[in-house]
Amino acid sequence: MDVILFTFFALVAIVGAVNLVLQKHPISSALSLVAVMVALSVLFLLLGAEFIAAAQLVVYAGAIMVLFVFVIMLLNAGAERESRKGGFAQFLGLPLTAILLVFASYVITQSMSNAKAVKFGAFSGGGPREVGWELFTRYLLPFEVTSILILIAIAGAVVLARKEID
Amino acid sequence: MSQLLPPEFFTATVPLNAYLILSAILFAIGAFGFMFRKNIITIYMCIELMLNAVNLSFVTFSYQFGKVDGQIYSFFVMVVAAAEAAVGLAIILTIFRNRGTLQIDEIDTLKN
Repeated sequence: MDVILFTFFALVAIVGAVNLVLQKHPISSALSLVAVMVALSVLFLLLGAEFIAAAQLVVYAGAIMVLFVFVIMLLNAGAERESRKGGFAQFLGLPLTAILLVFASYVITQSMSNAKAVKFGAFSGGGPREVGWELFTRYLLPFEVTSILILIAIAGAVVLARKEID
Repeated sequence: MSQLLPPEFFTATVPLNAYLILSAILFAIGAFGFMFRKNIITIYMCIELMLNAVNLSFVTFSYQFGKVDGQIYSFFVMVVAAAEAAVGLAIILTIFRNRGTLQIDEIDTLKN
């Protein structure tokens, strides 16, 4: 059952990611990204990260992607035009990413020789209780710094997006 | 139903490396889109895809070592991504208001 679920949702994630890159219209790309995020959330669940799976759905697929779609609609962004400027990335992009992928896969298979097999339910330390305990004891200072970051982000977004009044 | 399928079907496990390689594939696709695409919003979505791929790696390592720390890191990545999305989309709004375009090769004031 693990193999079936992993294969299905991994395929959904990869097809969604490829579709995100290939689609010409930003709305189609945004919907593909939502599919990738939902698939990844199921994979988090298979890895025993219940809280992160829920946060992935709520924060990423919910909040962030709604913001994206909202901005795409607001700007009335149409399909992307082809342009011949900047040929460097056009010609070298695909080979370089392929090299990156092959190298990363090689390093992973070489260095992770004592890797466990993933079985659903084998690791149960990812519930809200365990994550919350770690977050409010060992990671309390980073958590508080995060709140300052969010505050700066809110102020920055308001300042950047306001209309000039003069 | 259980007679039709062999018992190994329900007990088979996935190697951990499969998750890491899936994460590498998603990161590579995101990096490729980041270089190849010309629409600034799509480029932004490719960055989010790369962040998601890294999150998958963090959660996988959390499983490998049996500790929750990796999940905390991926939680922080999510928080930073949310802040980044708010500020970045505000910047995109400002660019569109000033330049009237979302094509990055037309936004080249700093060039020459």
